[in-house]
Amino acid sequence: MSAEVTTNRREFLKDSGKWIVLTGAATLAWDFVVEGAPEQAPNYVATDHWWGMIIDIEKCIGCGNCVRACKAENGVPMTDDAFRTWVERYTIFPDEPEKPIVESPNGGYDGFADLKMHGDAAKVFFVPKICNHCAHSPCVQVCPVGATFESPDGVVLVDKTRCLGCRYCVQACPYGCRYIDPRTETVDKCTLCYHRITKGQTTACCETCPTGARQLVDLKNPKDPIHEFMRTHKVHVLKPQMATGSKTYYNGLDMAVR
Amino acid sequence: MSRGLKNYEHVLRMAGLFATGIAVFLVVRWILVPADFGVYGFYRAGALDDVRARPMAYAGHDTCAECHTDILEQRKGSRHEKVNCESCHGPLATHASGDVMKPGKPELKTVCVPCHTKMDGRPSFMPQVDFKDHAGDALCTDCHKPHSPKIQQ
Repeated sequence: MSAEVTTNRREFLKDSGKWIVLTGAATLAWDFVVEGAPEQAPNYVATDHWWGMIIDIEKCIGCGNCVRACKAENGVPMTDDAFRTWVERYTIFPDEPEKPIVESPNGGYDGFADLKMHGDAAKVFFVPKICNHCAHSPCVQVCPVGATFESPDGVVLVDKTRCLGCRYCVQACPYGCRYIDPRTETVDKCTLCYHRITKGQTTACCETCPTGARQLVDLKNPKDPIHEFMRTHKVHVLKPQMATGSKTYYNGLDMAVR
Repeated sequence: MSRGLKNYEHVLRMAGLFATGIAVFLVVRWILVPADFGVYGFYRAGALDDVRARPMAYAGHDTCAECHTDILEQRKGSRHEKVNCESCHGPLATHASGDVMKPGKPELKTVCVPCHTKMDGRPSFMPQVDFKDHAGDALCTDCHKPHSPKIQQ
């Protein structure tokens, strides 16, 4: 018994010729180009990108726009223990430079209170936190079922259909960037707005940051301003001793920030 | 010859058992592991498209700029020039797609507060005021136009 042939010779030659002449992505786009709507073609090639983020602490004003935008964009539960990004305020007194007072009321969602108590006696600044999208993520390494992974473009994502909710990754993340979604009992985290960045938009937190303290960057794009930024600023990552390959680069990071 | 075969019977039974076990394992594995698992790595390749499929809530500044060129003109040269529209106006992808024709305006009493209220830790480059001291019960917009906040005489 032979399988029924569904492709005739003409179609076969046309298709194979298209693949040989145009190769890969161009072939997928060709039908859309013929239809006159090339912008709808699935032309995003993951391996052409390597996403990361710059956070300029000196520009952060602690307004909480990023926290609110992230929850609105991604449908993050409105509880005070579920955040994909949040803002911390550090208060450091000069006599105890390694013992900061850290506060993050509701993740900075409602802003911060004016304490009016430190004056100039303390160093006070804001640190926005987000998944570092590590190139060698501890969270990915511990997942027993392949439910979390580093995408070919350098974004750490969760496959909600495979996640067991075992919480290994929640414990493994040195930055505390994961939470359990109470609606599905599966883990969830920052996707670096993967649904936006793959369509040419920036992330919701970067979109709404009024001072440009956050910037989405594509490390594989030679025209990206990150290369200029990295050359002219002293940048740092959180917990470099963990060798996570973090791709969230901080400018003006204090040693007290963990 | 026949005696020799008889001596191997228990081995064949064992082999059959093993073969059945392996077959059951392969069938169960085939059922449980998705077809696209392992294409890029130890995960389901289709998960990338699942994450991508989420609809956007924020339309993006460039989308706003396509129509609202008059507002962009007002903002030119002002200190709010580089602030994206949706920083203050909120997520408006439903407006950009045409589903919501008249989106609500930002709440005038609260829209300036998150960025401009005086606060510990807020860098000095940021203009910040104690709202009660600065304006009493007046609205910010009584004096400042949000798209070009410097007071024009």
